[in-house]
Amino acid sequence: MIDTVVRVGIAEMKIVKSPDKIRTSGLGSCVGVVVYDKQVNLAGLAHIMLPDSALARGDKTINKAKFADTALRELIHVLISLGANHSRLKAKIAGGAQMFHFSSKNDQMRIGPRNIEAVKQELKSLNIQLVAEDTGGHNGRTIEFDTKNCMLQIKTVYQETIEI
Amino acid sequence: MELKKIITPFHLDVLKEIGNIGAGNAATALSVLVGKSIDMKVPSVRIVTFDEMLEMAGGHEKIVTAVFLRVEGDASGSMFFILPIEQATKYVQKLTGDMSFSFEHPPYSEMGLSAMQELGNILSGSYLSSLSDFTGLDLYPSVPSISVDMAGAIISYGLIELSHSQDYAIVIDTALNEENTNSESVNGHFFLLPDPSSFSVIFNTLGVEMND
Repeated sequence: MIDTVVRVGIAEMKIVKSPDKIRTSGLGSCVGVVVYDKQVNLAGLAHIMLPDSALARGDKTINKAKFADTALRELIHVLISLGANHSRLKAKIAGGAQMFHFSSKNDQMRIGPRNIEAVKQELKSLNIQLVAEDTGGHNGRTIEFDTKNCMLQIKTVYQETIEI
Repeated sequence: MELKKIITPFHLDVLKEIGNIGAGNAATALSVLVGKSIDMKVPSVRIVTFDEMLEMAGGHEKIVTAVFLRVEGDASGSMFFILPIEQATKYVQKLTGDMSFSFEHPPYSEMGLSAMQELGNILSGSYLSSLSDFTGLDLYPSVPSISVDMAGAIISYGLIELSHSQDYAIVIDTALNEENTNSESVNGHFFLLPDPSSFSVIFNTLGVEMND
């Protein structure tokens, strides 16, 4: 039997149950966050674009998966509603690269590092242990989480695939 | 303001004309630079989700050479010039005379990167100056920056600014083909992504009404 791989798009989040895998591709300055509970074989992945929902402009309802703070809270909320235990939740993160080099002082250009920082801060305030990360640098990443062994596979262009 | 709700088919046609004028001039500049006849396809203007936008560039994981720059001035935005790596390699070889250069394997020579950057500079300059002439708006490019990576990782960067207020992108896409090659193979793309606030500026200056 071939395991299903659930694909998560940009500014989306999804949940899978073992033995399914969950994947998101082409992470640049975005950060991919996997939160999982090994005991109940549940894992959720969010493909986060921006550090803080306070940055949202306009008055319409926001897409929670787009922002670090709202995405993590929602992800944890859904995992727990499906039977995960908050104290067992662990996280692995990847992404937050700086894809282009600019001399500009514009803070927006530093979005990768800001996303990483925001995700870590939010995990900390939610008491979720960050067990592994592959962040920063200047390369795009494709990540795939295997719920069977809780390993996160990271592919980078022109470099070796790693597992964390 | 949700742009998707107030942009009409007529607005899209106006934006298409902008792509036509801008990319037409850039394609001519590219033809002269690389000494080959470059064909421009009719531009397409689409309102797409972020995921669809990444698909337009060849797919999330497709490796491409991209020149990215910010458009500054009266109407800001992001601009990409995307080339498949084989094509970018050929152009840089042509421009530098260094036939050993390739975007297939890093590290890339400074000379090659600099040539690619200059190519982006000239093309974006001709795109934007023709747009300036057409609209009367003051538009100028930032210094271009290069990346060779997954299309998804590259394009998503250009979506950051508009993602603050939108879940959709309005993209002016012009595909380029080299003449005498398989007409199905698209060799490059210009993507112009105006910032959300720029649409009313562009339409106003052209005398097109827009209801916010």
